Amino acid sequence: MTATLLQALLFQSGYNAALVSIGAALLGFAAGCTGAFTTLRRRALVSDAMAHATLPGIGLAFLVMAALGSDGRWLAGLLLGAGISAALGLMALNRLTRTRLPEDAAIGAVLSTFYGAGIVILTVIQNLSLGRPAGLESFLLGSTAGMLRDDALLVAGGGAVTLALLWLLRRALVMTAFDPAHARLMGIDTRAADMALLVLTLACVLLGLRVVGLILIVALLITPALAARLWSDRMSTVALLAGAIGAVSGHLGAALSVALPDLPTGPAIVLLAFAAFALSALIAPRRGLIARSIAHARLRARLAAGEQT
Amino acid sequence: MASPTPIPLPETALAITGLTVAYGSVPAVATVSARFPKGSMTAVIGPNGAGKSTLLKAALGLIPALTGEVRAFGQPVPRAMPRIAYVPQRAAVDWDFPARVIDVVQMGLYRQTGLLGRLTPALRARAADCLDRLGMAGFATRQIGALSGGQQQRVFLARALAQDADLVILDEPFAGVDAATESAIIAVLHGLRAQGRTVIAVHHDLSTVPAYFDRVLLLNRHVIAEGPTAATFRRATVAEAYGNQLLTAIPA
Repeated sequence: MTATLLQALLFQSGYNAALVSIGAALLGFAAGCTGAFTTLRRRALVSDAMAHATLPGIGLAFLVMAALGSDGRWLAGLLLGAGISAALGLMALNRLTRTRLPEDAAIGAVLSTFYGAGIVILTVIQNLSLGRPAGLESFLLGSTAGMLRDDALLVAGGGAVTLALLWLLRRALVMTAFDPAHARLMGIDTRAADMALLVLTLACVLLGLRVVGLILIVALLITPALAARLWSDRMSTVALLAGAIGAVSGHLGAALSVALPDLPTGPAIVLLAFAAFALSALIAPRRGLIARSIAHARLRARLAAGEQT
Repeated sequence: MASPTPIPLPETALAITGLTVAYGSVPAVATVSARFPKGSMTAVIGPNGAGKSTLLKAALGLIPALTGEVRAFGQPVPRAMPRIAYVPQRAAVDWDFPARVIDVVQMGLYRQTGLLGRLTPALRARAADCLDRLGMAGFATRQIGALSGGQQQRVFLARALAQDADLVILDEPFAGVDAATESAIIAVLHGLRAQGRTVIAVHHDLSTVPAYFDRVLLLNRHVIAEGPTAATFRRATVAEAYGNQLLTAIPA
């Protein structure tokens, strides 16, 4: 297994596996960078609701494509359906929060309703013997096993576009996250900035559906950002570091699932990202547990010495 | 209280006419009209819930107004916005934000840089100078969460200074700050007034009103009184705004 893993890490497990690995790394980078802004603007749970709201769209897109005579597994088509359904979920969320329902309750309602609807649609599809539905359930937890070259290229290209847009909008996004009122008075269209951030987050969700799966993609948005925040107080550094952590997790997780074919890709990537966070919480300078206990111990020693004299 | 429509003379920095803001069906401020002359420094005072912050936010368009018109320097507020700076309450933002002090001050330069423009050396120097004017030059690279409340307030004011605005509107700039910060802030604000700029601040400490401000706007959902401090800041009018509490600190 170690040899296979090493091969996979060094892109030596064949052309497809290498593409998948690069795709997963780029997805991790895009999701990490984007997630730094998403968490900063406190939209982490909203992105989870969006992710779960993609499921009915995946099922319906499959049905439409199968009805049109294809095998219904064209990734771009499935992602289009997922995107539309996530957008509907977001609109439902906006309507619910306008009725004075607390946001967390509205998120819970939308998330579970859309997810439930998606599961019902998938179950119907399984019993229809239409197209080739095998593999649709891999959108739940992610699987790189059946990933095609075009799929990997889609993830890579989409990730690159997402990152470019994020870089262009970074100043407006940071100002909107820090002080929306001030940002508005400085001429920033904060509603547009918020919408753009949600679209970029949705893009990461969609790109990550195949690799990480819709249940866990939120972790790839949040966890690297949390880990990176422990290392730096500068937004640019936090975003880039979150991207790097996401990229390493993505690459390593994809390689692991090549070496261990039974291991679902999504959970592997997410656990690696969490490991990075746990390590950061332990050893990060100043904010890490170790640094903090050393600082406290030193202070206590100084105080004790002061008492004796 | 509905005064005749004020003519937006050029020497008026901010003119509010018949402004009403309602949260739900309850008006937070009702048909407020007020004029703030250029080069003046006005305290907006009134009890808790009088609608002081609401009035200023609505005047800036941050919250929607039910009725009324607001003009700054004779123009609709959105047009005049490049000449206006706003300092929100310190608690309005999350200070555990990944930004350094100088990053926040540089946010006041967005109109110069835009979305993508470079922070030129001249702009960087301008931001550093604004920090220096508030005695915060040594804190430029500190994380903002590591600051005391008074230091955070100074950073907010430095961000407003960086905007080089002719009208500076502050929401409780002295809330919860120590004496050193208060005198640093008031010195800067008086400096702005000396340059002919206009300052409007929500203020709570009635004892410092005559020393700090040359005009007052007494508010309790309606305008109770408005005018030069010496003539307006009287025990009877303040008592009316605050609901007849004993206010021995105020000149009769």
